[in-house]
This record gives sequence, C-alpha cells and structure tokens, in this order.
Amino acid sequence: MLTIEALTVSYGKRLVLTEVSLEVNSGEVVALIGPNGAGKSTLLRAVSGIIPAQGGKVRMNGEDLLARTAMQRARCLAVVPQAVSMPPAFTVWETVLMGRTPYLNFLGQVSTKDEEIARLALDRVDALELAERRVGELSGGEQQRVLLARALAQSTPILLLDEPTSNLDLHYQVSFMETVSSLARQDNLAVLVALHDLNLAARYSDRVALLVDGEIKASGTPRQVLTPELISAVYHLPVQVIPHPFADVPLVLPGRG
Amino acid sequence: MSRRTLPYLWTLLFLALAVILSIAIGSVFIPPADLWRILTGSFSGAALPEPLKTFAFIITSIRLPRTVLVLLTGAALSGSGAAYQGLFRNPLADPYLIGVASGAGLGAVLAMSIQWPYSFWGLMAVPLASFVGALLTVFLVYALARVGKAVPKTNLILAGVAFSSFAGALTSFLMLRSTGELRRAISWLLGGASQAGWGPVLTILPYVVIGLGILLLSGHTLNLLQFGDDQAQQLGLPVSRRRALILMAASLATAAAVSFSGIIGFVGLIVPHVMRLWFGADYRRLVPLSIIAGAGALLVADVIARSVLSPQEIPLGIVTALVGAPFFLWVLRRAKNQGFW
Repeated sequence: MLTIEALTVSYGKRLVLTEVSLEVNSGEVVALIGPNGAGKSTLLRAVSGIIPAQGGKVRMNGEDLLARTAMQRARCLAVVPQAVSMPPAFTVWETVLMGRTPYLNFLGQVSTKDEEIARLALDRVDALELAERRVGELSGGEQQRVLLARALAQSTPILLLDEPTSNLDLHYQVSFMETVSSLARQDNLAVLVALHDLNLAARYSDRVALLVDGEIKASGTPRQVLTPELISAVYHLPVQVIPHPFADVPLVLPGRG
Repeated sequence: MSRRTLPYLWTLLFLALAVILSIAIGSVFIPPADLWRILTGSFSGAALPEPLKTFAFIITSIRLPRTVLVLLTGAALSGSGAAYQGLFRNPLADPYLIGVASGAGLGAVLAMSIQWPYSFWGLMAVPLASFVGALLTVFLVYALARVGKAVPKTNLILAGVAFSSFAGALTSFLMLRSTGELRRAISWLLGGASQAGWGPVLTILPYVVIGLGILLLSGHTLNLLQFGDDQAQQLGLPVSRRRALILMAASLATAAAVSFSGIIGFVGLIVPHVMRLWFGADYRRLVPLSIIAGAGALLVADVIARSVLSPQEIPLGIVTALVGAPFFLWVLRRAKNQGFW
C-alpha cells in the first residue's frame, strides 16, 4: 500500500504541490487527473525521489520511502516514464534486464533468476517476441510496453506511470490500460497512473484523484469525481457527463448539450 | 567465433601489430632478424653479440618506453573519451573538446614552471597538478554550461571550447615567461611524446591503471545513464555519486595522458565513435574496446609522426588531427547504421 502524506514541493519560491495526501491500496488502480501544469508529473517525480520534497512523507506499508537510498527505493517502487527519446543502442531484452538493477552489483551482472524474471515480465506485457529488437526501432506503443516490462522486472509492490498513453494510438491506449489494470489485480500491485484522457481514467481506474494547482481537489470513484460541475470548472470548458453505453462508468463529453 | 569475442580479437590484433610497428620503425633501421634476437634475448637473458648491443640499447631504452608511453596515452584518452560521451550523453564530448585536456595541460605547465629541471618529485608533481587542473576544468565547464538541472549539448561544447582557449592562452603565457627549454615545451604542447626513458611511463602508470580500471567497471552505470538521470535513479542507481566517480576516473586518466604526452586531440573523439559504429553502443563493451583500439591508433599515429620527415619528428597531435579527422569522416560516410547514438 502506498501512502502519500502532506507532500509539499516547491521550485524556488513557487509552491508546486501543497500538502498532497493520497492513498493507493494494493490491487487498486488510482488515476491522477488534472489540467496541464497541475503538478501531476511533479507529484510522481517527488514520490519516486527524483526531486526533493520540502515536506511530507511517502510511505509503503508504514515505512518512509524518501528516507531510503535510491537502490532500496527502487525495490519498493517502479516508474514507467513516457517513451520519449529512448537510447537506440539497447535491445528490448537488455532494456528489461536493466529493471533488475536494484538487485545487481556494481558491474550489473545478472543471474539466471534475473533473466527468468525479465522473461516473465516481457511475457506479461505480450512483448516476448520483441526481445531481440532494438528499442529505438520500435513503435511508440511497443516502447511503452517495454518500459512497463522493465518496471515489472523491478518486482515492486508499487507502480507509478507518468502519462503512459499520451503518445499512443487508440488501440494501444486501450490495450495498454487493459494490461495495467489486470496486472494490478493479478499481482496485487498498488498502481498510480497520471492520465490526460478522462475517459481512459474512468474506464480503467478504481479511484480517481483530481489534482488542480498542486492540490487534490477531489478524490473518489470515477462517478464521484467526474461530475459535470467539477470538470467544467477545473478545465474551464463546459462538459456533459453521460452513462457509458456498455460499461458501468461515466463518459465525459466536451461541449454544451 | 562468437559475436561477443570477435571485436576484442580484432582490436587486440590491431594493437599487437601497432606495438610491433612502433618497436621496429625508427630513425635507425634495425633488421627484423636482429629485432627478434634482441627481444627474445632480453627475455631469456642470453648474452648478445657486440654489434647488437647498440640496437638493444635503442630498443629497450628508447623505443620500448616510448611505445609504452604512447600506448598508455592512447588508451587513457580514448577510454576517457568514451566515458565522457556516455556521461554527458553527448557525441561531441571528448577530453579535448570539453576542455579537460587543456585544463590538465595548464596544471602540468604550472607544475613544470615551478620544477622545470626534473627532479624525482618534480616528475611526480606533474601528473598530480595535471589531475587537479583537469578536475577543476570539468567542474567549471559543467557549472558554466548548466541551465537549471540540464546541461545542453551545445552549451557544454561552447563552454569547453571557450575555457580551452583561455587555458591554452595561459599555458602559452607561462611558457613564454619560463626560462627553460621553450622548444621542448612547445613540442610537448602540440602532443609529442618527446620525454624519453622509463621515468614518465612509471610515473603515469598508476594514474592510468586506476582511472581506466574504474572506467572498465562502469559499463553498467554508463548504460543506465543513457536513459537519462531520472530513469537511472528510478532504476536504483545512485546517480550523482556514480557520475562523480566516473568523472574523477576519466579526468585522472586524461590528466595522466596529458602530463607527459601533451595535448593530443581527436583520439578520444574518433576512436570511441568508430568502435560504437562497428560494435554497438553497449558501454560494457565500448569502454574496453575503445581503450584497446585507442592505444593501437595512437601508436600508429606515433609511427607516422616519427617516419614522415625522418629523422625529424612531427608532433603527434598534428598527425592525429591530419589522419584522424579524414578517417573519421570516411567511416561516418560509410556508416549504414545511422541510429548508433
């Protein structure tokens, strides 16, 4: 279980996150939504220890993750970044094996157990047949799956994803989120995923947290958070919310009725 | 032969040939048969006939130390070039372009101007001063090029080149002021391994071994850094600590190379690039291959430097630029694999 307690981050004098608190239970997908510049990426970066927090704690089952070393933290929490500017030099296999880094020595020597875990991770995201290909040659959707496999290879109970679907086409967006939500259930992972697309968030998350100007404005089930009043006000755009034609989730449509 | 070992065999073969060439060729011609007898004789300890003694002296006291010095220099420059490129994720980073070599040169000249007539401690002080100069340069150039958290590629090169000119000017000024052997200093500056004997070799050996040793073990770290600092850290790498370690090691190797062989450009840039084009950019392989091939390449350049205007020598730095740059352009033109960076 991931617990974020009153996390505060500022760049210089500007407060980017103000006492953000959020819980993600094991086996649960929480979608982090909010307009551009709300601090979604900053929150994920602060939680993963890339940027320092001025206040607050990030806990996994009670222990403070920010007080740990990078290596210890990487055994608790894995991050799937956006697949942009991937180094072309490495194969998919080599890239996924790098997910084992927190368990490796200085030289990065891998054991057969590490290889087994990497193979399993690739299999989980249906990318086993890509193993020998170079990461730079892959399509955006394939690269994103490889990065998910690398995070899975870290064998962590917590998974953070930073707008993983932004550069994907419709097919890949859906299949990627399907994979993420089934992983959360099967492996009992606590998943926090920043998403642009409100309907993807509604469809594939158990709870939604709405971040506006560095503060959590609302959190709860998609139905509780994705209301026309709230979304219209936050995104400065009139929206309609209608029931999804075949899933039991709300559907957000921009524009007046 | 497996795909993994073949690149090592090729580069080692190249290095072996370069070493033989470097020992065999010089202003005095030594017939191959005599060369063989001297080399085997010096290993078995058998007495040599009188006429071969001069040749033996030339080889063990002049050519062999020079060969080893050039070999170490090439290995150090090329290995640290590969490391700088990986560290800064910048294809243009090399000890020369980012100013480290000039900074090391300034440090060395400062030490020389204090202890110009060589004493043992004077000799030891040169690589140390050179190392301090190199490290100060790295931190200064890095700080100057930095914008917020990022270090843009062009900024790094611009800061490096600017600092390089500054350090170069200071170096020239110091040499003009010094009463010592100006000619020798100038030829040193242009990259001539003109210091003879085993002294310089033994002085820089520990620096090169420690520096390159750390770099050889840093392949995994450099690979992770290719994904950017953020991802590397999220994968569990203590980024700033490892970065500092590699920076120190590469600067140590560069400083050692510069302190007795002068400022030799292009080796640290070209050799790693050619290795990357031919054998891929996995740093666990790229660093050792660059070290081996860099040693060989500089030896070949040194042979050319000694033989073109024989018995006169031309500075090594001139040869590396004259031969290296066109060769590099030719390789780049032919490269089918465009995505090597």
